[in-house]
Amino acid sequence: MAIAAALLTLGLPFAAFLLLALVPRLRRSGPPAGWVSIGAIGAAFLVAAAAWLAEAGGAGVWGWIPGAGGPLVTVGVLLDDLSRAMVLLVTLVSLLVQVYSLAYLHDEPRPALGRYYAYHALFAFSMLGLVLAPTFVQMFIFWELVGLCSYLLIGFWYDRPSAAQAAVKAFWVTRLGDVGFIIGIVWLWAAAGTFEFTALFAEAAAGQIPAAGLALTMVLIYLGAVGKSAQFPLHVWLPDAMEGPTPVSALIHAATMVTAGVFMVTRTMPLFALVPDVLTLIAWVGALTALLAATMACVEGDIKRVLAYSTISQLGYMMAAAGAGAAAAGFFHLGTHGVFKALLFLGAGAVIHAAGTNDVFRMGGLFRAMPQTGIVFLIGTLALAGVWPLAGFFSKEAVLAGVLHGQLTGPFVLLALTAFLTAFYMFRVVFIAFFGRPHDPHAHLHDPPRLMAGPLWVLAGLTVGLGLWFTVQPPAGEHGPGWLAPLSLGLAAAGIVLAWATYQARVVSADLLATLLAPLDVAARRRYGLDALYALLYRGAMLGCSRVIGWLDRYVVDGVVNMASAWSLRAGDLLRRIQTGVPQDYVYGVAFGVLVLLVWAQWGSR
Amino acid sequence: MTGPGLQAYLILAALVFAIGLFGILTRRNAIGILLGIELMLNAVNINLVAFARFHADLAGLVFTLFTIAITVIEVGVGLAIVIAVFRVRKTVDADHLTLLRG
Repeated sequence: MAIAAALLTLGLPFAAFLLLALVPRLRRSGPPAGWVSIGAIGAAFLVAAAAWLAEAGGAGVWGWIPGAGGPLVTVGVLLDDLSRAMVLLVTLVSLLVQVYSLAYLHDEPRPALGRYYAYHALFAFSMLGLVLAPTFVQMFIFWELVGLCSYLLIGFWYDRPSAAQAAVKAFWVTRLGDVGFIIGIVWLWAAAGTFEFTALFAEAAAGQIPAAGLALTMVLIYLGAVGKSAQFPLHVWLPDAMEGPTPVSALIHAATMVTAGVFMVTRTMPLFALVPDVLTLIAWVGALTALLAATMACVEGDIKRVLAYSTISQLGYMMAAAGAGAAAAGFFHLGTHGVFKALLFLGAGAVIHAAGTNDVFRMGGLFRAMPQTGIVFLIGTLALAGVWPLAGFFSKEAVLAGVLHGQLTGPFVLLALTAFLTAFYMFRVVFIAFFGRPHDPHAHLHDPPRLMAGPLWVLAGLTVGLGLWFTVQPPAGEHGPGWLAPLSLGLAAAGIVLAWATYQARVVSADLLATLLAPLDVAARRRYGLDALYALLYRGAMLGCSRVIGWLDRYVVDGVVNMASAWSLRAGDLLRRIQTGVPQDYVYGVAFGVLVLLVWAQWGSR
Repeated sequence: MTGPGLQAYLILAALVFAIGLFGILTRRNAIGILLGIELMLNAVNINLVAFARFHADLAGLVFTLFTIAITVIEVGVGLAIVIAVFRVRKTVDADHLTLLRG
């Protein structure tokens, strides 16, 4: 039953995608295409919810690529606690985002809207395939598919050069990590002889995987997660990915796809557990990512980019928890973050929809004009800042407790600092955009239509409801020392107060803060020079290589061809001269030839 | 059977052939070259008839008849070309007819 449910969840969005892809009339009709996709993902959500309630579990594996002594590569579905929770999250957020998009993109031409939903259905299928994958190979295939969907949806408005560039950038940067991922998968196969997770875990538990080179293999596999989950230094693509439509950012670049890296590390934790050094590396990189992204969010003026940096920062949290050995805490944060970050993005979408700009400094006083959006955005912000009793508080505390329990004091300090910055930059946006002086008092601002408000309220309700549920029934897992909860609440409160003092009460001047922290401010504004570094690498290394290869092609490869043709021409020119046009000369030639033949025949017969 | 043997005929044919070849190589007049060709063809005819006679095979005679007929046509066409060339170029000197030079 579990396998059937998993296959049904996987098959429904795929069927919707095929229908939209193969029936152009339906796709070009716009809203009906949307309803097909929404219906499929809604049914998939119901199946996933039923499987969740029934706690159905099991694995169905079928042979795919045959090999000597059993199939070399298998495909199938693996439904356990981890994938069940993830499937529920993916289907739920997909459903809400798809409903929301129907209103958000109602001004789009109908064919474009149909195309959008075809991509969405494909994305849902790919993400579910990734989550349910029982083998590394299947995971990698769907891993690439979600990358493709991300590319297609970032570049949805492909006539904008910035969107097209962002799509390409996202594709290539994540590809950089994927190269490591696939090399790691193959090396692991060479060492362990199988791609299947359960078999690999059994071998890991029995200590049958050779330790030599395993650390490097796992680092390579982790590299895939670095690219996909936007960890330092491959995080540069995620802020640019905000060029896509806002619902896409909510679904793919906040709640689901970018968490695939965290999911993969969590899924393969028994393997990572064999190499503690790699885990420590993951924790440090995660904590560093969290802090760097938070500082960049503090100086960003684009509301979606603030959320993008905040996503990178929170992904750093999850990775740090996984690296500290508290993968469950990381996954817990993944789930709650998926809900409230989708809420924040969709809220931001409602704001952008109404205000017509992404720039927070051109908003202001929005709370009065759009109270519904204001309330849900505030709920999301409080959850992200980790304020009790919202969902974010519990998961963030679980992460911090896990990192502390893993004896990683350095990352813990970085993450605690990040918690303070998180509260600061989120409330900076809230105070500027929602409570500040209205930028344009005559602007016609309004709350979003019902189709958009519905998903917002569902997500807000979940954020609050989950928090209340955890208050009544504290989540299982590591609990930190008694001072941890007051510390994280205190840090969040400090961040909120600082943001209030700076941007609302204006007791503290923002310029003064910038001057005091001038080096940091400049560095964060320049994104720590990473974009510039990549541009330099690209121009220097890539274009330099291209120039050398171009020279080789022009003068060596083409040179050989040109030389052959020049020589033929020259030889032809020389041979041409024996054609005198005088018949006697030809006859002389024939006579001479016959003579030679006669002589040769005479000598040959001897 | 009396009279000269096969060898004598073959020597005669070789001589005629050589004279024809010499004519072709040395003559510069197109009509002279045609005459040389005629001599060479008739040397071949002599060969064919001689072999037919000495091997008692009629096929050689039939061949010879064909060759004579075709030779007539060849001469007709050849002379026509020479006249046509003369009308255009005002000469039939082979050294000046070198349009086919490569």
